[in-house]
Amino acid sequence: MRVNVTVNGEQRQADDVWEGESLLFVLRERLGLPGSKNACEQGECGSCTVYLDDVPVCACLVAAGQVQDREVRTVEGLADGDRLDPVQEAFVEAGAVQCGFCTPGLVVAAHDLLERVPQPSDPEIREALAGNLCRCTGYEKILDAVRLAAARR
Amino acid sequence: MSLTPAELSSSVAGGIGASPQRPDGNLKVRGEFAYASDLWHEDMIWGSTLRSPHPYARIVSIDLTEALKVPGVHAVLTHQDVPGSNLYGLEHKDQPVLAVDVVRYQGEAVALVGADHPETATRAMKRIKVEYEVLEPVVDMETAADDTPLHPGGNLVRHVPIRRGDQSPTADVVVSGRYEVGMQDQAFLGPESGLAVPAEDGGVDLYIATQWLHVDQGQVASALGMPLDKVRLTLSGVGGAFGGREDLSMQVHACMLALHTRKPVKMVYNREESFYGHVHRHPAVLHYEHGATRDGKLVYVKARIFLDGGAYASSTGAVVANAATLGVGPYEVDNVTIDCYGLYTNNPPCGAMRGFGAVQAGFAYESQMDKLAEKLGLDPVDVRIANAMTEGSVMPTGQVVDSAAPVAQLLKLVKDKPLPPVSTTLDLRSMPGGVSNTTHGEGVVRGIGYAVGIKNVCFSEGYDDYSTARVRVQVIGGELVALAHTAACEVGQGLVTIMQQIVRTELGVQRVTILPMDTSIGNGGSTSASRQTYVTGGAVKAACAAVRDKLTKLAGGRELSEVDLADLVGDDVIDETVEWRHRATEPLDPETGQGNAHVQYGFAAHRAVVDVDVELGLVKVVELDCAQDVGNALNPQAVLGQIQGGSAQGLGLAVMEEIQTVGGKVRNPSFTDYLIPTVLDMPPMSIDVLELADPNAPYGVRGVGEPPTISSTPAVVAAIRAATGLALTRVPVRPEHITQT
Ligand code: FES
Ligand code: FES
Repeated sequence: MRVNVTVNGEQRQADDVWEGESLLFVLRERLGLPGSKNACEQGECGSCTVYLDDVPVCACLVAAGQVQDREVRTVEGLADGDRLDPVQEAFVEAGAVQCGFCTPGLVVAAHDLLERVPQPSDPEIREALAGNLCRCTGYEKILDAVRLAAARR
Repeated sequence: MSLTPAELSSSVAGGIGASPQRPDGNLKVRGEFAYASDLWHEDMIWGSTLRSPHPYARIVSIDLTEALKVPGVHAVLTHQDVPGSNLYGLEHKDQPVLAVDVVRYQGEAVALVGADHPETATRAMKRIKVEYEVLEPVVDMETAADDTPLHPGGNLVRHVPIRRGDQSPTADVVVSGRYEVGMQDQAFLGPESGLAVPAEDGGVDLYIATQWLHVDQGQVASALGMPLDKVRLTLSGVGGAFGGREDLSMQVHACMLALHTRKPVKMVYNREESFYGHVHRHPAVLHYEHGATRDGKLVYVKARIFLDGGAYASSTGAVVANAATLGVGPYEVDNVTIDCYGLYTNNPPCGAMRGFGAVQAGFAYESQMDKLAEKLGLDPVDVRIANAMTEGSVMPTGQVVDSAAPVAQLLKLVKDKPLPPVSTTLDLRSMPGGVSNTTHGEGVVRGIGYAVGIKNVCFSEGYDDYSTARVRVQVIGGELVALAHTAACEVGQGLVTIMQQIVRTELGVQRVTILPMDTSIGNGGSTSASRQTYVTGGAVKAACAAVRDKLTKLAGGRELSEVDLADLVGDDVIDETVEWRHRATEPLDPETGQGNAHVQYGFAAHRAVVDVDVELGLVKVVELDCAQDVGNALNPQAVLGQIQGGSAQGLGLAVMEEIQTVGGKVRNPSFTDYLIPTVLDMPPMSIDVLELADPNAPYGVRGVGEPPTISSTPAVVAAIRAATGLALTRVPVRPEHITQT
């Protein structure tokens, strides 16, 4: 099948998509956007988190056909050219990135949280990020990063 | 030359002692960092692996006919297509690249498919007909030695005895116990993956996520029957490792498919396959007996330790040595009798995971220390301090600990921290069970527990452990720049940042480029055993010194600090490669386990505070505090990151993480059923970092990554015991252990 979708503000088209393919596969393997990650491919880790019409979703759980004529924003679409989004900047500065495999998903989830709740409390941050696994950091510096990004708003 | 940390506090921006940003940080937050699973090549096909559904079976026949008919399939390969040696392994070459006539664990690789789409490959795999004759698996590590032999030499992989002092000691008080550690998984987030590209010279280029490029290269070349120079490896982005990438996974498979089809081949495991595709932490059964005086001084320790190596040896031998030599913990004990065994079974193969043998022993000896304290009516921290080793103490191996061993100080640091208040807000999110709304505080009991641990740093037992570094300086666009090249794998820990910091400090050059890690330079050794900052850091430092010598010659007697280095270098290129070794170690005596087997020891202590819902068996870790000596914090931010991450993995082993096997079959190969700590499970941590320089190590560093993984598990369990009064002799502690249902 053919899928037409707006990704990071651009109209994109993917051909020969097999019905069982996920949005994640289409982004990564057909549209050249491997930023969203594939740590579990079954909705358990959050590494594939993208915005679908402004709502964060696990791209691995969305069937490719479901995104026809909709808007997707991935981690690659957050920075403004060379200028990182403040959330991205805070992740680098706070040391929230080790291997970084969880980072794209966490950055999108944190970005969404701060859009909704500009000054979140710690429990609110934890709740918002509870669906995103990180194996390297123990989360302390991820919390620091979100606090830093919030403080800078 | 040895320097004190004060002399080293660097004046160069971004040098050692600072926490400059990671050079790969921007790419990673933008989603532009190329992990192995992100690789793409014109014309590439997908490889996948057919695995055994049985823990132990004879292969009667394999029929590929129907699989080969699937449109889009380029190749279906079996052991008959392995061009070189079909056996590989880190310590023993006992594991087939593809199974021949028997499979020894569920998930063992049997055949490979190369196809134009992963789904095509899956469809073809389903059409491969393998006829198995299922055999009775060997699954009990304690009886495996006398069970059906799974390998020609029997099921004992290694026995390490330790005999020190009186072998028939007596003591005023004796405590004993049997402890069990479940099988933990590294659960790195980036799945096993790589891209193999056939080269014009008949060789192959492999882009791969691994921990040790050169050992992979040797094993791949041997399996392909090719000289080393025909098998070239380049590290791609690695999504965490923690020991699970020290063994081969898809390396040989992807290369075989690429050479066979003459096409680039990409392989990516999904999460389920990842659980089958790498080794795990050895499950263990540990029998301990501690004898002590009435005032709590240890008189003797006796232990029999069994480690389940699973179907293939991997690094079981070294894990056994660690559990044995570190088996009494960071305590002074004059009389030690330990027998530690690593066994073959038909369980999943086990090998390296952060903490490497010291974790299993740590849970048992710290549980024993608590038991001893309880029996004597003493404070658990006091008992530990009364027996704490110090610099100059003698290990059970006879080795003298010849640098800082601040065990008592670490314990005091965590003990003296203020305790978190008992939650009065009734915020569900701070309760055991969280927003599942299982309690509003009724049935919740608080407990506090302590633990301390010891870990060896670098490779031991006489292993020739070294790293190779090349440093080059030249003027580009009027600016002096440096370039550093090694084959030491960056797996997320931040070695690339440390290398930059060292070059800045040593050469005073601001701009430092880290070249991709690959096999075009000499061995960098494994990214494991907490060794890369020590060993590759040492190599980079030494290469910088060689460069500096050249610069000094060029300067003709002038002080380097007084000349403009860019002018001095001019059009020259100064390029030095150095192989650097830490001090040598010795093998263990095979009968007594005596010998200077280890390079360095690292220590960490934890205090855990938990709230336990004793009715439902749910645990909320309220706070997990740590004190650790790191010798010299070259990058304080990264040091904290290691301590936090390591502690989280220890917490995971304490209360949730276990690969459950029944009859050798894995019951929970997914993140739905194998749980790792989320941000809701990890409590705030307060951390004290000591910097007591080791005079034998470059900059005085002490390996950081592993010690926190050892002490956090027993601290959490001790806290649960304090809250519940239960013995809790097995990790992970499950709700039913607490409710006793
Ligand atoms: S890859 Fe989508 S949730 Fe894990
Ligand atoms: S940084 Fe490695 S998983 Fe989060």
